[in-house]
Amino acid sequence: MEGRVEREGSLRVRVAGPQETEELGFFLGQILPPGTFLFLSGELGSGKTLFTRGLSRGLESDELATSPSFALLHKYEGRLPLYHLDLYRLSRPEETAVLGLEEILDEEAVVAVEWGEVARHLFPGDYLEIRFAYGEKEDEREIVFLPHGEPYRLLLKELAEKCGF
Amino acid sequence: MLVLGIETSCDETGAAVVEDGRKIRSNVLLSQVEQHAKFGGVVPELAARSHLEGILHVTGAALREAGVSLKEIGLVAATCGPGLIGGLLVGLSFAKALALGSSKPFCGVNHLEAHIYANFLAHPDLAPPLLCLTVSGGHTDLVYMEDHGKYRILGRTRDDAAGEAFDKVARVLGLGYPGGPYLEKAARQGKPGSPLIRTDSLAGTYDFSFSGLKTAVINRVHRYRQKNQELPVADLAATFQQQVVTILLERTFRAVDELGIKTVLLSGGVAANGELRKGFAREAAAREVRFFCPPLELCTDNAAMVAAAGYFHFQKSGPSPLDLPAFPRLSWKLQE
Repeated sequence: MEGRVEREGSLRVRVAGPQETEELGFFLGQILPPGTFLFLSGELGSGKTLFTRGLSRGLESDELATSPSFALLHKYEGRLPLYHLDLYRLSRPEETAVLGLEEILDEEAVVAVEWGEVARHLFPGDYLEIRFAYGEKEDEREIVFLPHGEPYRLLLKELAEKCGF
Repeated sequence: MLVLGIETSCDETGAAVVEDGRKIRSNVLLSQVEQHAKFGGVVPELAARSHLEGILHVTGAALREAGVSLKEIGLVAATCGPGLIGGLLVGLSFAKALALGSSKPFCGVNHLEAHIYANFLAHPDLAPPLLCLTVSGGHTDLVYMEDHGKYRILGRTRDDAAGEAFDKVARVLGLGYPGGPYLEKAARQGKPGSPLIRTDSLAGTYDFSFSGLKTAVINRVHRYRQKNQELPVADLAATFQQQVVTILLERTFRAVDELGIKTVLLSGGVAANGELRKGFAREAAAREVRFFCPPLELCTDNAAMVAAAGYFHFQKSGPSPLDLPAFPRLSWKLQE
């Protein structure tokens, strides 16, 4: 994988295939502090769930993350609890009430949300946005990390160093 | 014994009355009740998800339709997991309170186990040991059931559930939602082409992976768009469906052969897929193995299967304690 730090502390990474997407998630999972909120966006098949599986490995979760599209929410126990949400099936902000996201945000946990646009009103002030896009070649993906808040800028610096960018 | 079953683990709020774990006296889902009553044919998603508002209504309807009073109920059973914690707590707390208040025993049920018992409702002579493939929007589980209450998970999905892959591919191909039935319909007009993925990375295991197949369809769609060619929707649907069915059959019937299984079941929403049913029937017949599949209304989430599972659980292990918690992620070790 190749990556570079861009303006305002954002990080742009190009991965060659699925294994590198998972590996990037693994690296991030290893350094995440408690109280982290990740907003994962991108088309179907762009690697969000695979990246989260890497996160779960990096967090030493008791199981590898699988898609929560149907269940809406999966929780894993590990170095830190991991809440993996997928709001693909929700279409209105009121429907997010069933998730209990407010309580989850009070915990010292890691929260990763896919298709989270519908729950924007529940996002904390600081969070890390991760955008997944298809690359030029079929297996290639471009993954862009956008920090919202100083703690996430520092986290991305650490991630860039860890990946050797 | 009459068992009142309660199901609230995901989208559906359901209640049912089942006699001796086999005979359905009533089987009510809020989505259907609402459809006929309040909303004139349209089910707002929000209403379908608000278990708290619906549970009393649905339970009343289940007792009425069965023509029984609460007094005649011998056991109250409810799903205790896996599922969304909010919904689970509503059903579980309601069932416990009802049991306590009316001096009935209570029993907690594993939702995945309940899917297996859907088959016991439809086929009176069915008995373990057996192998069951549960395939739905949320599950792809290959389970060996040695006896009532005794299970071994042989394999499950490493990424997307089979039904989820159907839904997402249907969306990519511009078909309707829920994707399963629409994709199957489209596939009937098409011809399966060359495989989307040539290597089975999980070959030799009983686990499944469908995310790569989904991405392979998306890649093909991108290629057609780039070349400004018309999308062969029916052929892509047929190719995808064939490959999913092939994987499901390979895992299941390899287990049948290796474990010497004599009875094989399908359950879950994807069990409604005609190609999958046909494939199961064909492979089972070739091995002289008995094959069972529930009718469509028992394939998807419902409370009758919860009542049936509760009955057999109770016969074997007695009631569950009233402090039984909800298990958002439930292992099969529960109440063994």
